[in-house]
Parts: sequence; C-alpha cells; structure tokens
Amino acid sequence: MESGGTVHSVIDGLAGSEGIRRDRLLQYLYALQGHFSHVPPEAIDRLASDLELPASHIRGVIAFYSFLHEMPRGDFDILFSDSITDHMQGSRELHRQLCERLGVASGQPRPDGRVTVDLTSCTGMCDQGPALLVNGLAVARLDAARIDTIAGLVEAGTALADWPPEFFAVEDNIRRRDLLLDDSSEGNALQALQVRGAEAILESLERSGLRGRGGAGFPTATKWRLCRESDADAHYVVCNADEGEPGTFKDRVLLNSHADRMVEGMTLCAGVIDARQGYIYLRAEYRHLREPLEAVLQRRREAGLLGRAILGSDGFDFDIEIHMGAGAYVCGEESSLIESLEGKRGIPRKRPPFPVNRGFHNRPTVVNNVETFMAAALIAQHGADWFRGAGTGPSSGTKLLSISGDCERPGIYEYPYGVSIREILADCGARDAQAVQVAGAAGATVAASEFDRAIAFDDLPTGGSFMVFDKSRDLLDMVLNFSRFFVHESCGFCTPCRVGGVLLRDLVEKVHAGHASDYDLEEMRSIGSLIRTSSHCGLGTTAPNPVLDTLDKFPEIYRRRLTGNGFEPAFDLDAALSDARRIAGRDDETAHAGVES
Amino acid sequence: MSDNTFTLDGAVIEFRAGDTIMDAALRTGAYIPHLCHNPEFEPHGSCRVCLVEVNGRCVSACTQPATAGMQVDSASDAIGDARRSLLQMLFVEGNHVCPGCEKSGECQLQAVAYYANMLSPHFTHFFPRREVDASHPDFAIDYNRCILCELCVRASRDVDGKNVFTISGRGIDSHLVVNSPSGKLGDSDFTAADKAAHVCPVGAILPKHRGFEQPIGKRLYDRQPISVVGDVAAHEREGD
Repeated sequence: MESGGTVHSVIDGLAGSEGIRRDRLLQYLYALQGHFSHVPPEAIDRLASDLELPASHIRGVIAFYSFLHEMPRGDFDILFSDSITDHMQGSRELHRQLCERLGVASGQPRPDGRVTVDLTSCTGMCDQGPALLVNGLAVARLDAARIDTIAGLVEAGTALADWPPEFFAVEDNIRRRDLLLDDSSEGNALQALQVRGAEAILESLERSGLRGRGGAGFPTATKWRLCRESDADAHYVVCNADEGEPGTFKDRVLLNSHADRMVEGMTLCAGVIDARQGYIYLRAEYRHLREPLEAVLQRRREAGLLGRAILGSDGFDFDIEIHMGAGAYVCGEESSLIESLEGKRGIPRKRPPFPVNRGFHNRPTVVNNVETFMAAALIAQHGADWFRGAGTGPSSGTKLLSISGDCERPGIYEYPYGVSIREILADCGARDAQAVQVAGAAGATVAASEFDRAIAFDDLPTGGSFMVFDKSRDLLDMVLNFSRFFVHESCGFCTPCRVGGVLLRDLVEKVHAGHASDYDLEEMRSIGSLIRTSSHCGLGTTAPNPVLDTLDKFPEIYRRRLTGNGFEPAFDLDAALSDARRIAGRDDETAHAGVES
Repeated sequence: MSDNTFTLDGAVIEFRAGDTIMDAALRTGAYIPHLCHNPEFEPHGSCRVCLVEVNGRCVSACTQPATAGMQVDSASDAIGDARRSLLQMLFVEGNHVCPGCEKSGECQLQAVAYYANMLSPHFTHFFPRREVDASHPDFAIDYNRCILCELCVRASRDVDGKNVFTISGRGIDSHLVVNSPSGKLGDSDFTAADKAAHVCPVGAILPKHRGFEQPIGKRLYDRQPISVVGDVAAHEREGD
C-alpha cells in the first residue's frame, strides 16, 4: 500500500492537467486500490460526480475486476498464483503455511488489517513458481524458507521497499533462440517505412505470412489493411499485453528484454494505419514491468522514435500510454480489452462490427499481441523472405513457447513453426510425459500417442502455453483446476458460459470426489458441447476444451473414480440429514441415509 | 435466390439492409424464440436462446447480420436440444416457482420453455439466496427471477435517461443492481411511467397492488403460444 494523501488529493493527482476522463476510470480505480488497499466510498462518490456516472456503474466496474475491492484488504495483500503448475510445485502447502504463520483465513483480511492472503489466477511465473503477488508485485521461486521470511516481514510491517530485493527478481529463462530472440540489430523498421512507404510494408507483411501470435492466427497484414482502409477521424494501435492464459509467460519476457522492438512494431503499425495514439494494455500481474516500460517509451521519445514528428517526419505523430488491467482473464479477448481500455467492465462486444472498423471509442483499431508487433517490426527490417525462411506452409516464422510443468529446463523456447511435441519435450528435459497441455486452459490436451503432432496453425495452434504433465500426475487435477478457473473468469454475460461453466465444474468436482456415475460423464459431454457451440465469445467456446478433450483421450482418469451405479444424486443425502440428526440428538445407525430401518 | 432474401427453415425471408436475422424474421412474422431481445432496443445477444445454425455455425439470430442466400436453421433437433438446455440453465440458476408467481402465464421464460418442450429443469438447482425489494410504492423487484437480459438496464439508460439499473459482479455472481444510495428501488427515481417498468420478460419487475387480476389459465400465453402472440412487453399496454 502506498500511503499518504486523501481520496481527493489522490484523484486530483490522477486527473492531472488533462482533467478527469471517463475512459480512464479503471486506471483511477486501480491507482486508488493501490493507495488505500480498497476503493473507498468517498472515492466512488467523487468519481461518480466528476464523471457524471451512476455510483452503481462504478461499483459494477469494481466488482468485475479481481484486484479491485470496496472492502479494505490487508496492508499487505498477498495473492498466491493458483494455476495447476503452481500446485505441482507445492503452492498449496506454502499457501497453507503462510495462512497459519500469519493467523489468517484465506481471503479474509486479518482483524488488525495487516494482511490478506488469498488465491489468484495464473500470474505468469510458471517457470519459476510457486509464485505470489504482494501488493501487485511478483515474488517467484517460493519455498518454505521464503514463506517464513515473508511472514516475518509482514508481522514487522516492513515496507516492500525494504524487503530483500532478490525476492522481486524475475528471471527471463530464455532456453532457445531463433529469428526473434537471436536478433540484436539496431531497429530500423521505421526508416524502412519512411523509405518504402506503407503499401510496401503491408506487402512485405502479406508475403511474410505473419499471423497473430496470440493464438487466433488472423493474418496481420489483413488486419492492418482493413484498419487502414476504414475511414474515420482517428485510428488506434493497441498492444495486447494481457497475457492471462494459464501457463503463458513469453510476453513477460519480451516486455522485459525486447520492449524496444515491440514498441517499434506498434509505431510501425501507427505509421501504416495512420494512428496518433497507442495503448499497451498490461496485465496487473506484470505490474513490475510498468516502470521499465515507461522508461523504454521515454527513451524512444527522446530519440525521436515516439511522440511528435517521428524521425523528423512532419505529421508522423504517435505516442503510447500504458493501461493497467486489474485481474480479468476475459480482457485478453480483443473486444473485452477495448471495453476495459474505455474504463468499463470487460464484457466482449458483439461481432460484427470488428475492432478494425469500430474498436476503441468506436474508431478503427488494431489489437495485436506483443510477439506479433515484434515480428512485424523485424519483417519490415529484414524482409518477408527472412521470416519465411523459418516455419512451414501456412505457419511461417517462429513461435515463442512458455514451457512449464514436469521438465528439467522450464522457460522460453523459440522454435520454427512445425516443430514436433516430441522434439520440444526432448529439449526441455521432459522424460516421462503422459500429456502436454498446449495453448493453456483453453487449449488442447495432447496425449503421448500424439507427440509427433506439430506446433502450427493447422495442427496445434497456441498463444505460447506449453505445460508438461508426467506420469505421476493425475490429469483430473488439471481438469478440475481449469474448470474452476473458467468459472472464476467467465464474465457472466451469456447463459452457457455463466451457468454451464458452473454445472461443468460441479460435475468435475463430483467425479473428483468419487460420487459420479456414467450418466454424469454423458452430462459433461453434452454441457461441454453446448458451451462450445453457443457461447458469446472465445472464452466460452474454448472453456470446455479440457473436459471434452480428456473425456476423449484420457477416459480412465474419470472412469477409475466412478461409482458402479447408473445414477448418483448431485447431493449427499446422508450429509443433508446431519442437521436433523443434530437437532434430534441422534446418531444411531438407522438415522443415516442408505440404511434400511 | 434474390439478393435480399435468405431461408429460415426452408421458408424464404426477405430482409432489408442492416437487418439481423431476428429483425427480418420478426417483420415477416416468423418466430425465433428469444428472451433478451426486444426490437425496441439494441440487440444484446446474452441469453443465447435465439440460437440458430447458419451454414454449419451456431450464432444468435438477434446479433447476426442477415446476408443474401444464407440458410438459417432454427427448427432442427440439435438447435431445439440446445435451446432447451439453455432455458433449463436459466431456470436452475435462479429461483423460478411458476405456480406461485404472479407473472405465470405472462412470462416469456415460461412461455418459451413450453414452446421448446421443456418438461423439467433437468440440471441441479443452484437455489441462490436472492432478495426481494418491495421498497418502491408501485413496483417490486424479485431478484430470484432475474435472468440478466438487461432490458431494464437498456430501457432506463437509453429511453428513460435515468440509469436506474446496472449489472454488477462477474461470472455466476453477476447480478442486477439499482442505482440508489441504499441500493433499494424505493430510493431511486424509478416511476411506473418508466419504460424500464414495462420491459421485464419475466417476473423480476412487477407492479404492486394488482395480484392475480386475471386468473391463471386465462392469461396471454395460456390462451395462445408465444410463437403466435410474441413478446409480453408488446401486449402489456393492452392489458393495463
């Protein structure tokens, strides 16, 4: 918690000289949360009055984002990353240990207001987990000793600035370099744009075959061209740095070590589509990258590569602002991200219209992944053939993978598209893999019999997540973790994802607890298929993937826990009778369900 | 096939520029079940009950632009099954006790469920704890029945210019809230004359002081199915 200042002085400071703006609402709320460990009621009233918004609207925004709260959190707000790879590295035991040491119940602030310990979705430290966030800052490589130290620091009320700096060290762990990571040339994509013109750059991008690296694989040149040709008084460039897919962390590394190139790619895009303003939408879990990124932007401004008259070229004006997310996986979906960028709840928009026609403030907007912007800059500089030299057919170039789970060398691996799962597993030292989860919780579960399949858009597309599970793991733990994740992250807009997601999770829990029957497996299939076909956005349509995939490929993880019966009730009749037994003061045999009296 | 028609279950439907599948269907009197859609408001696409299949892909009819020659399937068994499951999900998510509900017989959720041959809720009930807000002199809100269609939100914001309602929370915790200091309707500037008072497709926003004026069995959807008489909101003024 950053202390000092009243609600009004903090809001005045946030509004600054440009005055208060509705589309910055989420940014104000995020900052207020940081200052006061919650958004105080007087801040809501003040914002409601200044922004002419209903207070309920502001409360609705707060309630949407996991990292915003109306009730105070502790002075130290500690969130354990709760992804399956964290579990595999022992996070739950450490979470329990810290709760015990500090005498808190998970999710509840300690009565003295000192600390909250809670869980959060994957924080993108899977190669160096278990990990947590303390007041938004990442602490990785947790072990029992580190937890002990943290407990001591919290009890002593030690300010984060005085915590051991190594606690906040985040490693890049780059293990394999190819086209993108190998390149150390001086950036000259913007000079190329100046010399060759926007049309020639678009042609290079087209020939390169570059497709979006976030996972969906939309051709980048087409996106830029559609946006460029969409007539409007303003165009925008947005970098999607909301890397929320469990098991993905390659954008964290790119933002840490290759931010210049990414910003160059955004600026190139701005030149092509004629945008004056760009945004980097940075997930709150990567709060530690904010200042370094600001420094990169500032350096580029000073070097004439950002701001007014870029490269001395009259009229080439473009600047970039960093917007913080506040804990919502769905905001990785581009239209939710735009809603969030406008300061609203991150509910995915209807499509059409598409962002290239009506995006940020209903103006044509390009939203691309960090890696896509980086690749675009390098293609402008080195040419389409350089890029096409790697990869295969419809999947040209390389892909950065974030590898975690059961392997000796987790980290970042850059491969030409077309690489097989088998080769990747050998490189990262995964000896005994039974399955790989490719593309995260929303991705595909790949069984050992499929390890000759390839990372490619027409085989196994991925935004970069690659989680290895060896034979000692129960894959149902993974399925349970993912189905809980999707319930937590569903925006709640459409019926199948909102309600179906809960039904699906409850059934996975029923199997996990050993109470399910064959009938329940069929139910899971039919609910999963319905969510897949009828949901409003990509989060919903992919949410049932882990269940549907494992039902097909790993039926034994379900079957070995089934009861023999054809039907099992959804509730435990005997447990339901416990209140009655207590009231009646009975606990004899015939007072229990299932016993014939 | 001319350039301004598509087929809906084999029938040729004419459409105008800018139409969604739903717009064109409603104009020609073809019925596609829906709950969150009301032609007076911007399409929403949240309930997904108007699910149809277009060239092998499932889309919501209320948001999908009509294009020439598209083949829209709304009557297949697969769509019927999906629609029934979506309705069942809405039923188990809230607390819908039709026999004791003042809206019974005039409730679109109930009427569409009949239309879709839904005979039971099928899924495990959530039995959420939700409040009833009777603080307003003329209207009550029973949150047990809210299906998050946001018609009241849209009506209050876009027609009444009042923003009485909004959605808060996320995921399964999403819920309707009233914009007033206490969160109570009686504390807001909501009135019976508001458009928002007359758009609820279910029994969540109900007028007070008139219980069971029409006996069950003689109400709108008791007399004719929703596929014939359409949305309850379009009939409400007549019934007043």
